[in-house]
Amino acid sequence: MGQVVLKGINKFFDSVHAVKDVNLQIRDKEFVVFVGPSGCGKTTTLRMIAGLEAISSGDISIDGNVVNELAPMDRDIAMVFQNYALYPHMSVYDNMAFGLKMRKFEKLEIDKRVLEAADILGIGELLKRRPRQLSGGQRQRVALGRAIVRHPRVFLFDEPLSNLDAKLRVQMRVELKKLHLRLGTTAIYVTHDQVEAMTLGDRVVVMKDGVVQQVGEPLELYNQPANKFVAGFIGSPAMNFAAVTVTEANGSLIAENSGLRIKLPDETAQRLRGHIGREVLLGVRPEDLTVADSADLDHPCFDAVIEVVEQLGSEILLDMKVGESIMVASVEPTARVRVGDKLRVAMRPSRLHVFDAQTEAAI
Amino acid sequence: MFFYVPMALFLLFLLFPFYWMVITSVRPDGELYRPWNSSNYNPFWTWKPTWDHVRYLFEETLFASWLWNTTFIALASTAISLVCGVFAGYALSRLNFPFAGSLGTGIFITYLVPQTLLFIPLAEIIRNYRLGDTPWSLILTYPTFLIPFCTWLMMGYFKAVPKELEECARIDGASRWQAMLYIVIPVAIPGILSAGIFAFTLSWNEFIYALVFLSSPEQKTVPVGVTSELIRGDVFYWGPLMAGALLGSIPVAIAYSFFVEHYVAGLTGSVKG
Repeated sequence: MGQVVLKGINKFFDSVHAVKDVNLQIRDKEFVVFVGPSGCGKTTTLRMIAGLEAISSGDISIDGNVVNELAPMDRDIAMVFQNYALYPHMSVYDNMAFGLKMRKFEKLEIDKRVLEAADILGIGELLKRRPRQLSGGQRQRVALGRAIVRHPRVFLFDEPLSNLDAKLRVQMRVELKKLHLRLGTTAIYVTHDQVEAMTLGDRVVVMKDGVVQQVGEPLELYNQPANKFVAGFIGSPAMNFAAVTVTEANGSLIAENSGLRIKLPDETAQRLRGHIGREVLLGVRPEDLTVADSADLDHPCFDAVIEVVEQLGSEILLDMKVGESIMVASVEPTARVRVGDKLRVAMRPSRLHVFDAQTEAAI
Repeated sequence: MFFYVPMALFLLFLLFPFYWMVITSVRPDGELYRPWNSSNYNPFWTWKPTWDHVRYLFEETLFASWLWNTTFIALASTAISLVCGVFAGYALSRLNFPFAGSLGTGIFITYLVPQTLLFIPLAEIIRNYRLGDTPWSLILTYPTFLIPFCTWLMMGYFKAVPKELEECARIDGASRWQAMLYIVIPVAIPGILSAGIFAFTLSWNEFIYALVFLSSPEQKTVPVGVTSELIRGDVFYWGPLMAGALLGSIPVAIAYSFFVEHYVAGLTGSVKG
């Protein structure tokens, strides 16, 4: 079992309010990812769950028992650190066995568990080496192994992949996912990389300035972001935003600013009835913009001038000037476009997001 | 060329006193006291090396007991200072308690108080506790400058040990004590060795406390014994003096060369996981 519940968690560092009233229920066997920019309080939250940081107020419970006052060793958790934190003076075997030795396991049992974990991670032939003789990826595996042998109730990961190069990171990400499927242990994972968050998490917690912005499944965050921050943070390239004023003409709603004038689709218009005459933020993802052709006649369209063309092979990213602002569109690799071209760009009407200009909450 | 010529000059400059010490200690008295303007005056070399001075040192003076005294005092005061320094350094760098920072600075400031001032109140204390003329007068006073030194050095070293190592150990099931004993101290061994060598050298070479607190010849340490027993009035027994200096510097040289690898690693502080 490994159910973790955070109830009204706050953390103050002197006068700095680092984590603000976090409430979260993490189910047994779930893989939950905390994501956000640096300084958003995600690592602090993780460290409070680990017991490495005291809680200013609130309750953390694991499997129904409040653990606020429990020492890290008594919480039955295992943690993987960003810099691996392998003990440099011990062999790989001793690194993995350390936690079991401290807990006074039988020698036979230690041996069995270490070999089993080494087998799962494919580091069987490295057991006699010292950490400094290992590559980054191997160190990462040893750090994972050290967590696995303990059979803890919860795994905590603090940006474990951020010291690896890009290729290895993708590979380890897949392995982590497989490992979680195989072991089924509850995992709480902190990262600033939204791709890691989306691919690994059963649920993702987006944080900013110590406040939880949204909790949801990856696609939920992507399709229904709760506010402008989540919308801009999740997805790459980031969502385009345009400040527009909503007006009514001939019974339909128009959103316009200096370079843009579009008729809002009915579904979006419904939501904006109360905002006529006011400013709102229009959000549209790069992949929901297309070069307009005859099929898009009834879609909202606008004119743009191409400033930069980025060929990625599988897609083309267009940096376009729309009025005063810049928008990015991701278009088919077959599109024939050049810098300086004037284009008519269509939006997929069902994929339009609108946010309140003041509160930035989704409307 | 630009590298080796200055290097050679530098080496010559550094090693010349040592060479002078060696050559003087094996030179017969007849050559040592020859006037500089005599025809066969040759200060830099001798054709008739002799062990007379070393023999004199061991047979006619208490040099052997001075060596023993110095070794015992240096080892004991180093051990005391290292134990205190390691724990104090750990506490100051890792435990968050009020005024930890100012306490660290305070300890460093005590190191800056000159020994030439400190020996006056210490002499009073030594007399009150009737420790004068015993090895304990030095074993207990050397830590007054060794502990601040070791604490300061270890504090810097512990700060360089990643905090995550300890946190990981504590999640793994170690108490703070166990995490310190099994993880932090083994990782900090190079730093501890450096501090130990420094402390050992400082107490081995210490002069003023030894001069003030010890009076009977059989209690003296090498630096004090050699200078007080081999300079009688205005007569310098150059041969035995230099032989004593040479033999007195050998243990320090051995300590340095034996630990030099750790020692260098300790000073450059490399504990990358």
